[in-house]
Amino acid sequence: MTKDDVAEVIKTHGTERTNLLPVLQDVAATHRFLTEEDLVRVARAFKISAAEVYSVASFYSLLETQPRGRFVIRVCRTISCSMSGKGNILTKLKEILGIDLGETTPDKRFSLLETNCMGWCAEGPSMLINDTVYSHLTPEKVVEIIKEYRER
Amino acid sequence: MSQDAEKSTAKLSKVEKKLNLLKKRAHLIFRNIDCVKLFNRILKKTPDEILATITESGLRGRGGAGFPTGMKWKAALEAPGAVKYVICNADEGEPGTFKDRVILERQPDKIIVGMATCAYVTKATEGYIYMRGEYNFMSKEIKACCEKWNDLFEKKDFPFRVSLRLGSGAYICGEETALIESMSGNRGEPRLRPPFPVSEGFNDMPTVVNNVETLAYVTMIMDDGLDFFKSVAKDDSMGGKVFSVSGDAAIKGVFELPLGMTVQEFVDIFGDGDTKAVQVGGFSGLCVPRKHFATTIIGYRGVQTGGSMILYNSTRSMYLVLKNYLEFFQEESCGQCAPCRIGCQQLLLGIEAMRQGTRPLSHIDKLRELVNVMGVASKCKLGMSLANPFNSITEHFFEEICSKW
Ligand SMILES: Cc1cc2nc3c(=O)[nH]c(=O)nc-3n(C[C@H](O)[C@H](O)[C@H](O)COP(=O)(O)O)c2cc1C
Ligand code: FES
Repeated sequence: MTKDDVAEVIKTHGTERTNLLPVLQDVAATHRFLTEEDLVRVARAFKISAAEVYSVASFYSLLETQPRGRFVIRVCRTISCSMSGKGNILTKLKEILGIDLGETTPDKRFSLLETNCMGWCAEGPSMLINDTVYSHLTPEKVVEIIKEYRER
Repeated sequence: MSQDAEKSTAKLSKVEKKLNLLKKRAHLIFRNIDCVKLFNRILKKTPDEILATITESGLRGRGGAGFPTGMKWKAALEAPGAVKYVICNADEGEPGTFKDRVILERQPDKIIVGMATCAYVTKATEGYIYMRGEYNFMSKEIKACCEKWNDLFEKKDFPFRVSLRLGSGAYICGEETALIESMSGNRGEPRLRPPFPVSEGFNDMPTVVNNVETLAYVTMIMDDGLDFFKSVAKDDSMGGKVFSVSGDAAIKGVFELPLGMTVQEFVDIFGDGDTKAVQVGGFSGLCVPRKHFATTIIGYRGVQTGGSMILYNSTRSMYLVLKNYLEFFQEESCGQCAPCRIGCQQLLLGIEAMRQGTRPLSHIDKLRELVNVMGVASKCKLGMSLANPFNSITEHFFEEICSKW
């Protein structure tokens, strides 16, 4: 995010401490992660140390503090999804993206992560791509979905 | 049709009939009602009358801990404070739970009317729905619903406003004091209790934190009256409960059922015919083995539950199940207190070592001692309740924990 964009987000929410999370969430929404500059800008506006902002941000798994791709894929690894075939989904994703867990494709389009139960257990295996949920996954469906994201 | 197929169709329809009967008996949360009309009726009663009704209904928290709702509201009402808050806990992170998501999607009005009823009773003026970040896809609808009700509250001069706050992927933020820390712009680390949120909560002011489903039941008690609600349960647990059913189940999804059923009754309907264990109440609940199905009651008189029911059939290795639980807890422990932070890691390493044979089977005694110490020494219920799944699985499925299967 540019300096002005960050300033704009801060302006809409205000700088009381209770607004720290909403501000970080909105700043992170554009690039899917928070840069060091973002954290410093927010810290200045809230009049707290950058270390404190980092401490808060790094607590939350959806507030990424390291570079991620445009589309962050989070595959549910918790028991119900795991029992309904999460392993095959992950293998397929690794194969077609050519990356391992925790990595980002060289074109910075996709990052592949795992996540804990996200509330779609009866419809597993499930995954999130940014904010969108995909459930009842099969390896074939995964291929289709990724193809569609490649064209975006 | 072959004889077998005929038999199985007959069985299915018998199961379906049973399920339909139960669903009918506890059809509250998903019944469509006119919430605006109901709200007008609520305002015609006095706050004292409403508090008496909620208390008498026997309604207990549906978020897992089962605290009596009337008592909680009374405490918040009596606590001194310049401002009071109502928070709807929509963080729903317990593995195997997704009923709050379905209630939020299908009945958001009931949740807000429940919050407004609480505000009317406790004199709270601000309400927040704290929803997990993974449910961001429905933010727009929930926000619009908040706006709609805020307009109505303003028109009626009802001094209460509600808004949406999002979590960002931390299971522990479902714990009410961690939730409040998170809303305050901090790391979601639980506070020591007491003081409880009802006396010192958000902004250190009296705060009622209630689960999505609890608030929806408040609305239905106001609509249907006490007697109906009380008559729903099969024992004295009071009312219905929305269950999230997943795992090796013949029927999966969200079902509202009477409280007080036995696990056997539940498995007869939802099982796939080969159920060997049911995890009742998510990862922090108990793993009930087949031999205890008939004697275990689901409800406040038996095992308490936030509604997560995960079924395991005989093809599943309970070692892998327990390992999956421990990986979850190791990752989601907030790391603030040593017993939970180190305990979760050591339990996982411990069962792995036993499996690989680098530790003797007697190592289980050390691990049980550790989990029991976590039960008394951890700062919050995350570390405290790990003994539930750990002890129940290692007690009933010990051979599976050690064998190479
Ligand atoms: C680790 C942990 C996670 C929790 N997660 C949730 C949750 O996701 N949703 C919820 O309503 N309550 C959760 N709770 C329980 C809350 O602390 C609190 O008891 C509840 O929100 C109170 O509402 P109720 O009385 O209506 O159930 C959790 C508790 C613990 C210890
Ligand atoms: S186990 Fe995957 S969404 Fe719950």
